[in-house]
Amino acid sequence: MPELDLVSKGMTTCQGCAMELIARAALEVLGPKTITMTPPSCSAIITGNGDETGWGIPCVQTVLMSLPAFASGVSEALKIQGKNDVKVMGYAGDGGTFDIGFQALSGAIERGHKAIYICCNNEAYMNTGGQRSSATTIGATTKTTPTGKKEVSKNIDFMLLHTPLAYQATASVGDIRDFKRKVAKAAEKDGPCFIHVMSPCPSGWKYPTDQTIAIAKKAIRSGMWLLWERENGKITINRKPADFDAIPEYLHSQKRFSRLDDETTEKIIAEARTRYQTLLKLSELELN
Amino acid sequence: MGVIKALDGNAAIAHGVMRSKVQLVAAYPITPQTPIVETIASLIDKKEYEATYITAESEHSALSAIIGAASTGVRTFTASASHGLALMHELTGTCSASRLPAVMAVVSRAIPGPMALWCDHSDIMTQRDQGWIQLFAKSPQEALDFTMIAYRVSEDERVLTPTMVDIDGFYCSHLTERVDVPSEEEAEKFIGDFKVVNAHLDTDMPYAMNNLTSPGIFTEIKRSQDLGMRAASGVLDERFEEFGNVFGRRYSRIICDDVEDAETVVVCMGSMSGTAKHVVKQLRASGKKVGVCRIVAFRPFPSRELSGVLRGVRNVAVIDRVSAMGSFGPLYEEVLAAMNYGRIGANAYSFVAGLGGRDIWEQTIEDVIAKAEELGARGETCQAPIWIDLKEEKVVYNA
Ligand SMILES: Cc1ncc(C[n+]2csc(CCOP(=O)(O)OP(=O)(O)O)c2C)c(N)n1
Ligand code: SF4
Ligand SMILES: [Mg+2]
Repeated sequence: MPELDLVSKGMTTCQGCAMELIARAALEVLGPKTITMTPPSCSAIITGNGDETGWGIPCVQTVLMSLPAFASGVSEALKIQGKNDVKVMGYAGDGGTFDIGFQALSGAIERGHKAIYICCNNEAYMNTGGQRSSATTIGATTKTTPTGKKEVSKNIDFMLLHTPLAYQATASVGDIRDFKRKVAKAAEKDGPCFIHVMSPCPSGWKYPTDQTIAIAKKAIRSGMWLLWERENGKITINRKPADFDAIPEYLHSQKRFSRLDDETTEKIIAEARTRYQTLLKLSELELN
Repeated sequence: MGVIKALDGNAAIAHGVMRSKVQLVAAYPITPQTPIVETIASLIDKKEYEATYITAESEHSALSAIIGAASTGVRTFTASASHGLALMHELTGTCSASRLPAVMAVVSRAIPGPMALWCDHSDIMTQRDQGWIQLFAKSPQEALDFTMIAYRVSEDERVLTPTMVDIDGFYCSHLTERVDVPSEEEAEKFIGDFKVVNAHLDTDMPYAMNNLTSPGIFTEIKRSQDLGMRAASGVLDERFEEFGNVFGRRYSRIICDDVEDAETVVVCMGSMSGTAKHVVKQLRASGKKVGVCRIVAFRPFPSRELSGVLRGVRNVAVIDRVSAMGSFGPLYEEVLAAMNYGRIGANAYSFVAGLGGRDIWEQTIEDVIAKAEELGARGETCQAPIWIDLKEEKVVYNA
């Protein structure tokens, strides 16, 4: 453990929120020589309100659409100042990453600025009260999909396979050790890095607040969430899903899936299997 | 000594940026601003100018990158127009409220629709209340000079407010003129290296910037911005004077011609002021008591100075290069406020001209003056904006 606690204790995120834990873990690796930024989202709760902030490092609130562009400016300014040891960490939600901020993300990656972009995926726009995003799993109820979402989610990780990321990874609050290892890898890189972290949300997913880690672990075990990384043109799968048949258990642990019919459940399982099979094949390829 | 070059308004701004020792530029091309970013990129590429250039994938991202870089503590520049400035709108308020001394060139082009490429002020006027100083240059030389002055004013501790330097699309941006480009040493006498004075992103001194702000303090923050902007008036005067002493070119927040003893004064901004000045000179020669007052600093607005100029004038003819559909033009409203400030009782008339690149001719200005004098002679109030140079009729005034 580092001497300094870089994320304050007692955040105003909901009880059981994964996001605070992920932030804490990230900074345990990156340390105090890090500048962070959050867009409007639940992650902004850490950046704070009024004269209070949860970060023990320089932080700034950006707009929702362009956090990666903001990070580009910070990153290049640090270079101009010769502060090559300072790291830049973007800390955003799925809405700000998959949807409104996707263009800025693609631009920043293509230009190659050195920055670590962490996407905390809670599968909806939670800060505005829980509306669907393109990361929401099919069948999940949200405030804008009261009878369940009709569309499958966007696979941002596969979309980003063909971008010049210096490092790309998925991670989960259900495996903090794996996440920290990935942050440490990203910290070594001289270019854009993207870490996509599953971040269960008790308020939006509707499960008891002490179940966050358990649910994240269920997602990993059942293949609903895959842990892998891409580096130097090679995909490495970090954990083989233990049992796709455990997916219904994962789904039933959250009330947002209470309206799910059998057909959609089957579709979710089939999709998870295909996703893994595709990843397996990709992991055999030289991607560069 | 400076070098005399043939430059258009866009290239002049690019040279102003280089001479201001801007460290980071982020921009996205749009007509008629594109040559600014091309010129800067090529100056950097040819190693005539050392700076970082972020080729953003949109104007929204360009200004975001500028805010990120300025928040980290370097001198920044961007440029835009029309659609691009509209995309930036979400960020312009963030930039000014964070008290970041960035400078942006706006090459004014109509904001569609209908779709248009040509000049009017509908783009920059969307930004008038976003907390940026706004300087309107009318020539390539002024464009360069105002860019350098903008950095000094924006970065002044009493101000800490970003600046937009506006030139008219095509009329100035693509007009090639003789421009005196200061040498590096000469420029150094006026503008040194960037020094960050405000809160910024620094791991040695962690700050939370642009935090969610409660009703308990929001008003005070806006008030402090307003004070910074108001302080810019005096700082602009100081820097205009200093600039004049160093380079011999003298400017002020309003520039007037023939206003002493004038009965009718035209108030306008940007490239049309040259035409207005020419017409006024000619009318003076034929014995007419007319003058022209050009607003250089639209923000902070020179209310006191303008009211001083308008004292004793009978008719004020204000030309807006934008229509505030359903109300009166923004410049007209400012002039009315300035007149109220100075208890000036003159007749004031609102004219709309030069939209979407319609040329403003000598005749246009003559028609404006004639209409203002005609209405003034009858003591009429201004009940609606007066449209000039419409296809069907030269002057349309329907209250
Ligand atoms: C341009 C713009 N549109 C809408 C909003 C309102 N808004 C604030 S947060 C948010 C959702 C963010 O969702 P996500 O990125 O998934 O973060 P989460 O709150 O779920 O952590 C929205 C839509 C905004 N801030 N800016
Ligand atoms: S709504 Fe969800 S993501 Fe947001 S703070 Fe609460 S638990 Fe965390
Ligand atoms: Mg979300």
